[in-house]
Amino acid sequence: MDKNKYKMLVNKYTPKENRLYNSLIAFIVGGLMGVLGQFLVSFYSYYFSIPVKDASVFMIITLVFLGCFLTCLGFFDKMVSFARCGLIIPITGFAHSMMSAALEYKKEGLVTGIGANMFKLAGTVIIFGVVSAYLFGLLRVVVMGG
Amino acid sequence: MIYLNAFLFAGIVCVIGQVILDNTKLTPGHITSMFVVLGAFLDTFDIYDQFVLWAGGGALVPITSFGHLLIHGAMDTVNNFGIMGLFMGMFDLTSSGIVAAIIFSFLLSLVFNPKD
Repeated sequence: MDKNKYKMLVNKYTPKENRLYNSLIAFIVGGLMGVLGQFLVSFYSYYFSIPVKDASVFMIITLVFLGCFLTCLGFFDKMVSFARCGLIIPITGFAHSMMSAALEYKKEGLVTGIGANMFKLAGTVIIFGVVSAYLFGLLRVVVMGG
Repeated sequence: MIYLNAFLFAGIVCVIGQVILDNTKLTPGHITSMFVVLGAFLDTFDIYDQFVLWAGGGALVPITSFGHLLIHGAMDTVNNFGIMGLFMGMFDLTSSGIVAAIIFSFLLSLVFNPKD
């Protein structure tokens, strides 16, 4: 069998992902996460009578806790494989990646397992965030004067 | 009204991520890194602040706001200390999210075992 024929056969039998459906699910779930975030901000700022800026910090902590806790209970992996980017892009994805790394390496011990591997997946976000924020900040200071 | 804006903004950000995930070979790690850089980039020109005003919590939930908060914290200290401030305040606003993630992950991983 020549290569092209083989490729065609492989293409024929690989299950096709419905991209439109995936995007729609990501849109709805991601949008609902946004609504939940806004709801929590309004709720905290009303309930504790604090400024919106502080309420948004409370909201981020709540969502991080939700992401961690649902990952522990085993729900979140299924939800992520259903909603994909709808849950990976919000801050819950960050919490999920840290929590699942911590759980996965738990058996290797506290220091060499959890301590060394917790940032295995989430570290890239922090490193690229800090490096890019530093460079863009430098650009802003030098070009635009702060 | 702000709830609708929050829905639209967060939804659209997630759709962009999903389209990139479906059509390229990039992993979720690549995509979240790209979005953080994008957030920092947009905030360099104060564009992301407009999104936050428009969409409220909807703009703070996606990971792009992480980049936005990093550069915001850095800029606050730059105003007081000059160029050395870039090193000092970067985590001022994001520390809550990172600390919460570390504390909850560590404590919960002591209690729970991985589910298969």
